[in-house]
Order: sequence, then structure tokens, then C-alpha cells
Amino acid sequence: MAPVDIGERLRALPGGSAVTLKLDPREYADHYFAVLNATLRDVGTETDAHTVYVTVTNPASFVWGLAQALDVPPERISFVDAISHIMMDYRNPLPNATYIESPRALEAIMLRIEYLLRKNPHPRSIVVIDSVNSLAIHNPPELLTEFFHILLNMLKSRQVLTVVLEVSDEEASSVETMLNLVVDETIDVAREGA
Amino acid sequence: MDTTPPETVGAPLSPAGGGLMAPATRLERCVTGIEGLDNILSGGIPRGNMVLVAGSVGTGKTTLCLEFLVRGAERGERSLFLSVTEASDKLIQNLSTFEFFRTDLVTNGSLVFVDLPILYERLGLEHEELSEDEIGILIRTIRDLVRQLGVKRLVLDSLTSVGYRIRRDERIRDFMLRLGLELSDAGCTSLLVSEIGPTPSRYSLHGVEEAIVDGVILLWNARRQGDILRVLQIIKMRGTSHSQAQYVIELTPIGLLMAPHLKGGQMEGQ
Repeated sequence: MAPVDIGERLRALPGGSAVTLKLDPREYADHYFAVLNATLRDVGTETDAHTVYVTVTNPASFVWGLAQALDVPPERISFVDAISHIMMDYRNPLPNATYIESPRALEAIMLRIEYLLRKNPHPRSIVVIDSVNSLAIHNPPELLTEFFHILLNMLKSRQVLTVVLEVSDEEASSVETMLNLVVDETIDVAREGA
Repeated sequence: MDTTPPETVGAPLSPAGGGLMAPATRLERCVTGIEGLDNILSGGIPRGNMVLVAGSVGTGKTTLCLEFLVRGAERGERSLFLSVTEASDKLIQNLSTFEFFRTDLVTNGSLVFVDLPILYERLGLEHEELSEDEIGILIRTIRDLVRQLGVKRLVLDSLTSVGYRIRRDERIRDFMLRLGLELSDAGCTSLLVSEIGPTPSRYSLHGVEEAIVDGVILLWNARRQGDILRVLQIIKMRGTSHSQAQYVIELTPIGLLMAPHLKGGQMEGQ
């Protein structure tokens, strides 16, 4: 079963690994929930980890709603929300979220991740980037490549597991090519049988 | 066991900045306590250095300086903030919003605030332009404060405001040379705040200050597609190898954090 398989594969990775989870756009909703289940519950809650969830696709409030459905305790997850401001949807900020004005502020994303990792020191930490496609809408490829190269190396040195979500169809895109250069492993959620 | 005294341990070469010109001996460091800054300074500011912190309005100069003092006071180094532009009460009130600040550092005397306008008044330095004698009095008063209190870290916020009362280039040069000597003799590392415009052609009011100080830390607001990024760069720092790269900074409740300024293959001016 896909969620279990993804969770097991993520748990088996050594500390400091960076992995891309490829989601099929035709089955996005199912895959997305499977990925949340695997990262936030199977790896996050069950291994007693703290998750920093960087959301560029959906507002943190939306992801937090799904996380609550998965019984993720609020103290186990923090959000870096880089989309609510730009969507002008900033009325009810979450207490466990920090908001960035624009998904173009890539350095600010790095700094908020750093901030939340320091604020929540934990033997095991996970950073989820949701998603590389949304970041690519707002940032040129060269800037994004530099961002991922620096961020993933910084997180690797801290033994943080990094999960990058990518919505991808059959043809390899420039984003996919770039990610292949910086991550340790790619898990195709469709092939896992979601 | 390594019996080499700390001041003669070879300095690590930084990837940028120092290179082959790095000093052969490692000077004692004043660890700023700001992790990112210490990293790009190869461990901290050489002790006794006088450093200009130059930047336009809202770039984080005062906050950086305050964190430098708080981190020092926490390490047992008595720290002194000489304020010209803002009242100490207001500064302490602002500081209390940061998690790294502890009120007891002020109450137990580890972190001392002095309002320079009050000092001017007590010393009778009431002329709009300070004479040579009055500059001498000001330097001796700061020296005595540093010596009597055993101050190891000092911030003057701002040198620009003092510079408005020391109008001649030769006098500001003399003021800084003498003050630098006194502070260095006392083993006191100092940060002098310099207020400059958003597109500066120099790092200080008179333009002579940057030549005298041991280091220059420059802060400015950079723009990318309309977004503003606060950027920090070490322009010079005598006695250590240092990074020459640009870093984006954020002033968070737990202190100043730094990340590399992304260029995405672009060179300056492109």
C-alpha cells in the first residue's frame, strides 16, 4: 500500500537525506494525501520528529487542517507559509506558522527554516518543501537551483531529512533535472501504487 | 597535548576574503555570539578592533549592535552602549521583545546604557561644534568609563551623530584615532554605527572614518523583483581572514540569522 511504502522508505533513509516525492497530477489529491500521511504521520509523529512544513502551494491553514485529520499534534509541526500573503489571505494566522511575504524571498525561506529548527530543537527533524513546482512559478531556474543546492546542503549538515514535493508528468522538466542534481533519491508516488 | 598559545595558532583560510593574504598568526577573538557573523569572520572580531557598522535606515544596525552587547554580557564581558539618538529606556523596551535579551543583564550591571546627550550636559559640552579641548574631554570620559567598569564591548550609536558635532575632517580623524587607541589598550572591542544613505558612495559622514577603523560591516536593502532584502557584507576586517560574500539577514526573536544572498548566476550590475 502506497502510504505505508513511502513512509517505510523515508524512515529507512539515513539522517540528512534529501528526497523528491513525485506526484502524478492526474491523481494529485490521492497522492498528496498519501504523501502527507507518510511524511507527517508515518515519519513525523511515529518517529517522534518535528516537521517544518514549507508551503508555497496551499496556505498553511489548509495543510494544518489535513494534518489535524491525521492526528498530528500541533507541537510536532511548524509552518513556513510563503503563499498566504501573496494570496491576500492573511486574516487568521496560525500560532505555529511563520509567514513570508512572497515565494520569491528564497533567502527568507531558508532563514525561517533555520529559525524554526533552532526554536524546536529535536533529535530528529524533517523539512517538507511543498512544492518545487510552485517555487518555480515565481523564481527563475538558476536562482531556484542555487536555493536548493544551499538549502539541502545546510539541512544535510544538520542531519535533517528533507522531502521535496514535485508534481510531474512523464516528460522530464528542467525542474526535475535540477532536482536530480541535488537530492539523494527520488520516490515516484505513482509507481508505489497509490 | 597542544601547548601552542591561542594567539599563535594558525588562522584558518576562509574560502573567500583571506586567501593567501590571511595572517600567519591568529589574534585573540571577541566572539560576537551571532553565529553567522562569527562564521564569516573566522571565529569573531579580533579583540580590540574598532569596527564601523554602516548602513541606511532600517537595515538592522542598532539591533545587530545590541545583540553583540547582549551576547557579550552573557559571556561575562561587560558591555556598554553609548546612545546618542535614542533614549536608553526606549532601547531596553525594544530589546525586551527579543528572546535573547535578559533584563537581569541590565540590573546586574553586565550591560550598561549611557545616554550621550546627558553626558554632554554633565560635562558642559554644550556648544554645537565641539572644540579640540572638548573632544579631548569626551575621549577621556569614555576612556574612564571603559576602564572603571572594565568594559570589553562598546557600541557608539551613532558615530554619525557625534560627527555632526565634530565638523572638521582632521578632528574626526583625531577623535577616532585617539578613541581607537584607548579602547584597544583596554582590550575593548567596539562597534561604531554609521548612518549612510540608501545608495552610498562612502561608508560614513566625513568619509575618513572608514580608513581609520579596523573593520567595516556594511548593511543595506537590496531589491529583487520589487522585494526588499536586508543584506550584510564584511568590507574589511583587520587581523583576520573573512568572507567577502553578501548575506541576507533577518532579525528574529532569537537573534540575527544569515543566509547566502542568492545570485542565480547573475553578476552585480547585470
